[in-house]
Amino acid sequence: MKEINYSELKKGGFMRQVQKGYFSMRLRVVGGRLSAEQLKKIYEVANKYGRGYVHLTARQGVEIPFIRLEDIEAVKKELSEAGIEPGACGPRVRTITACQGSSICPNGIIDTTELANECDKRYYAQELPHKFKIGITGCGNNCLKAEENDLGIKGAVKPEWEKSSCTFCGLCQAVCPTKAIQIDEKNKKITIDRDKCTYCGRCVKSCPTNSWKGKPGYLLYFGGMFGNNIALGKQILPILFSKEDVHKVIQATLEFYKKYGKQGERFRNTLERVGWDIFKKELEKAIENERSDFDE
Amino acid sequence: MSDIKADVFLDITNLVCPMTFVKAKATMEDMEVGQIIEIRMNEGEPIQNVPRSLKEEGHEILKVINNNDGTYTIFVKKGGQ
Ligand code: SF4
Ligand code: SF4
Ligand code: SF4
Repeated sequence: MKEINYSELKKGGFMRQVQKGYFSMRLRVVGGRLSAEQLKKIYEVANKYGRGYVHLTARQGVEIPFIRLEDIEAVKKELSEAGIEPGACGPRVRTITACQGSSICPNGIIDTTELANECDKRYYAQELPHKFKIGITGCGNNCLKAEENDLGIKGAVKPEWEKSSCTFCGLCQAVCPTKAIQIDEKNKKITIDRDKCTYCGRCVKSCPTNSWKGKPGYLLYFGGMFGNNIALGKQILPILFSKEDVHKVIQATLEFYKKYGKQGERFRNTLERVGWDIFKKELEKAIENERSDFDE
Repeated sequence: MSDIKADVFLDITNLVCPMTFVKAKATMEDMEVGQIIEIRMNEGEPIQNVPRSLKEEGHEILKVINNNDGTYTIFVKKGGQ
């Protein structure tokens, strides 16, 4: 019998099961989206090679348990016909997760699916010191829990008020979750406390006269982890308005991790050991041409 | 304070999402364009979502009053199709 390279198998999304000779196969799913065709193929493979069921992982993955070692090549081939590849495990960029975002969800501020596809193309399975999770959530409701990821992205809006069209109906003050908005109806003035504003965009979405305008953007969180050790990602950059900046920051983050991270060390621990300041400086350097975005 | 006179009054404080919006929408369907409805709802999810959904349906939010008892009253003018 030929030598089995378990780490090669794992890299390719096959995880050894408790039961000898069986593997649970993890599939590559981008942004939580599978086509009906792909589902059909998964159904067929799970029936033919597995035990007629799949497991949905906590990070939008699909796993087909009970694949026998000798069937792995056949399974890979069948799935690839429907454009499904094995997922990544081990020390590399994992499945890019995303909520439905602005293309489907009325709360959505950014197109999470599009961004997830871009991230998948650019970063998926890149080799790193340890596993690395990227998650994208469309708004402050945070369905995808940005802060749980090594790098989390959240859709956000920086609101600006225009007096001319405001009817002082009072809705924005009522919907603001952080009470950042104060309406002074007598003097026909609205003030916003920028320190309290979380860029959730509710004022912009609700305003009946579109007096609140908003520039959609991205809030980024770094160093989240939710396994044996738990830490929430930190937001260390101001809101970014250009998607290219977001990519520059992701690229710089991965490079930082490759450069400073020790084998087997989670990104958070690298940050704690090397220093958040140094990391922040590298990120700022990466987007320094767009410095004007930093101005409030 | 409100100097707006409503034609219809609706209380949705006993409903939960998505029935809050469904009830408001259904009630407004029986109204004439230009008529005003006064809707009382709870703070939190209803005030976050119901006015916004009504706006998306083409109606006009005229006034929002915080009753300071955990509820809000909103005045909405029915929009034309
Ligand atoms: S995070 Fe926001 S945009 Fe995404 S699904 Fe939740 S509510 Fe919708
Ligand atoms: S919701 Fe719009 S119209 Fe109403 S008070 Fe606020 S800014 Fe003015
Ligand atoms: S964006 Fe959100 S937190 Fe900021 S002022 Fe508007 S409603 Fe309040």
